[in-house]
Amino acid sequence: MQNSIFGHPAIDCDVHIAVPSTAALMPYLDAYWFDAFRTRGIDRVSFNLTGDPPNTPLAARPDWRPKSGKPGTDLELLRSGALDGFGSSFAIANCLFGGMALHSDDLAAVFCKAVNDWVAEEWLDREPRLRASILVPQQAPELAVAEIERRAGDKRFVQVSLLAMGTELLGRRGYWPIYEAAVRHGLPIGVHAGGLYHHPTLNGWGSFFLEDYVANSFAFENQVVSLVSEGAFAKFPELKVVLIESGVTWMPAALWRFNKTWRGVRSEVPWVKRTPVEIVRQHIRLTTQPFDEPDGVPRLERFVEQMNSDKMLLFSTDFPHWHFDATDAFPLSPSSPLAAKILFENALETYPRLAESIAEKEPASKELSS
Amino acid sequence: MSMVTAERRPQAAARQKLTVIDCDIHPGFSTPDEIYPFLPERWREHVKTFGGHYRQAFADTLSHPRMAPEVSRADSWPPKGPPGSDLAFMRAQHLDGNNVEYGMLMPLNRGPGNQRNLGYGAALATAVNDWQIAKWVTPEPRLNASIVVTQEDPQAAIAEIEARADDRRFAQIMLPPRSLEPLGRKRYWPIYEAAVAANRPLALHVGGINGYPATASGYPSYYIEEQHTNVQGMQALVTSLVLEGVFEQFQKLKVVLVEGGIAWMPALKWRLDKHYKRLKAEVPHLKRLPSEYIHDHIWLTTQPLDEPDVDSDLAEVFEQVGCDRIMFSTDYPHWDFDDPKFVLGKLALSQEKQQAIFSGNAKALYGLK
Repeated sequence: MQNSIFGHPAIDCDVHIAVPSTAALMPYLDAYWFDAFRTRGIDRVSFNLTGDPPNTPLAARPDWRPKSGKPGTDLELLRSGALDGFGSSFAIANCLFGGMALHSDDLAAVFCKAVNDWVAEEWLDREPRLRASILVPQQAPELAVAEIERRAGDKRFVQVSLLAMGTELLGRRGYWPIYEAAVRHGLPIGVHAGGLYHHPTLNGWGSFFLEDYVANSFAFENQVVSLVSEGAFAKFPELKVVLIESGVTWMPAALWRFNKTWRGVRSEVPWVKRTPVEIVRQHIRLTTQPFDEPDGVPRLERFVEQMNSDKMLLFSTDFPHWHFDATDAFPLSPSSPLAAKILFENALETYPRLAESIAEKEPASKELSS
Repeated sequence: MSMVTAERRPQAAARQKLTVIDCDIHPGFSTPDEIYPFLPERWREHVKTFGGHYRQAFADTLSHPRMAPEVSRADSWPPKGPPGSDLAFMRAQHLDGNNVEYGMLMPLNRGPGNQRNLGYGAALATAVNDWQIAKWVTPEPRLNASIVVTQEDPQAAIAEIEARADDRRFAQIMLPPRSLEPLGRKRYWPIYEAAVAANRPLALHVGGINGYPATASGYPSYYIEEQHTNVQGMQALVTSLVLEGVFEQFQKLKVVLVEGGIAWMPALKWRLDKHYKRLKAEVPHLKRLPSEYIHDHIWLTTQPLDEPDVDSDLAEVFEQVGCDRIMFSTDYPHWDFDDPKFVLGKLALSQEKQQAIFSGNAKALYGLK
């Protein structure tokens, strides 16, 4: 593996690519839906998500914003900004197309299928360092499983993508068929910031985009509590869940609280047999951007100490979102003993399909290290 | 099913007897109709005929059954009536037993702020306020009342605040954080104006029934999850108050967050500051960093005290929040009561800071002597 600019090989576990327009998906529809999109004018609707307006400073760094079109639509920028820019060996793309938030399960599923096929053809075929997440209609687990089965044969899809704010909490049994399929195919579940659009907090609807964005970490915390409390990890011991774009630093305090409550009321959830933090350490991973920390006070090493695990963090740039300037993507000194793990090794442990890719690509490396 | 407790390190109780101010004590009705004499006849007849009306399934209980009767300590039941309903018992067990110098009453009884019928809610708030004085504060001056108000009817809330403003036995104004809209929004600002005029802090005790599930992904299944969402309730509340500019508009407003714990606050400050810098064009009414408004305007109570594996992590959190903004609370008589004798042992803080947390900060905030 080539070294990244941080002096170790790197895998970028969250970059964003975007469908430029609904019309771009037309070649990926079957005859019925092609006709329906045309006659209903669906091909002319943007389905931009209200929580993710493309023109905000957060949506794209100035030098990562294409000259025209939405952020994340330019392969050359992704190459120069993310892959070559940091020297990453792989990048895992998330393409969160708004059509998945439709109330019609069928239509949401059609969009997910079209997006996945479009991603394979327009991005993965053109850039061998790129990997992708399988977009699924999470509001309809049966259809989500069908989409996983349909795409899982393509090993360039390395995880299943769900959202932090969905129709129900992700621990609930209705989602378990998704986890069963994911585990069977060696796919982690990537839970990404964003939502299918219910009220963003338990206090209802706030006023600001900033408020909604901040609220994503609350939603991630709810999902972690749900996945553990419902026993999803007891049912699927191999299941890995990656929290993508969560902000990270909320987690230690969340677990202190969760552990304490569990000690008091664990008879309610007798299948939770270990402290929540032990379960989280084993099953949950987090991508590093954005990394919520105070100015000038690095928190990453404290996170590792407080979680008592150096396996949980996965390097990401969140390209093209604007969380940092220049190449200041890694909230840790590259000389730290943790650097190699967070930049590269943890991703290989989390994503079996990446490890397979490397084994195929560099058959000699195994002999060298043995 | 028996309750089981995980193996834990034994803790030694503090030897020295410490004086504390308890910022969260729940007073109870001895019988459900104890409030009737405090209601005018029109609403007394209403409650007898119709009862409360809520944005949830159940008329008489919350939607997630708790793990103990009356969500209370097994040893907190007086000879007659439910926990928290007997002053003599509360005195012996808690006020005297734990050397409580002052206690802040947090009446959750019948939830005036949760009532869909606003007229009933307002009458109930007035009744609960009179009841606090009659049953608790008059016979036991260590206890301080809270002005309970119906936040969804700001005019009624203001009238209640103004009616109690000259009575110093009311230390603060109490409303539920889970309101119909996030509490930063302008429909609630007249209440804040009245609070500043009455020179009282707002006390926001976890809870409220606003009809929204406790997460952005719907209702949790279990109490263990619902309990945890108290944290998200506080996080969302702080975010709303800060970003809407409440503290820019009401520079003297002070807010006390009750029963949310504290350890989540540093990361929320970092998150707000970080993303504010990128999106500040959306909130140009803010003149300072979100964390600065938080420190100047928000106080937190300790219970349920977060329990990291490493005790010094908790001291670090206290310093990050600011030891001048943290006030001790027990949540008596509820099951997750924090005992001051043991909480003390967990705080690796100077004697001076401990004293501030156990009583000094509350004395300063509430003007207690």
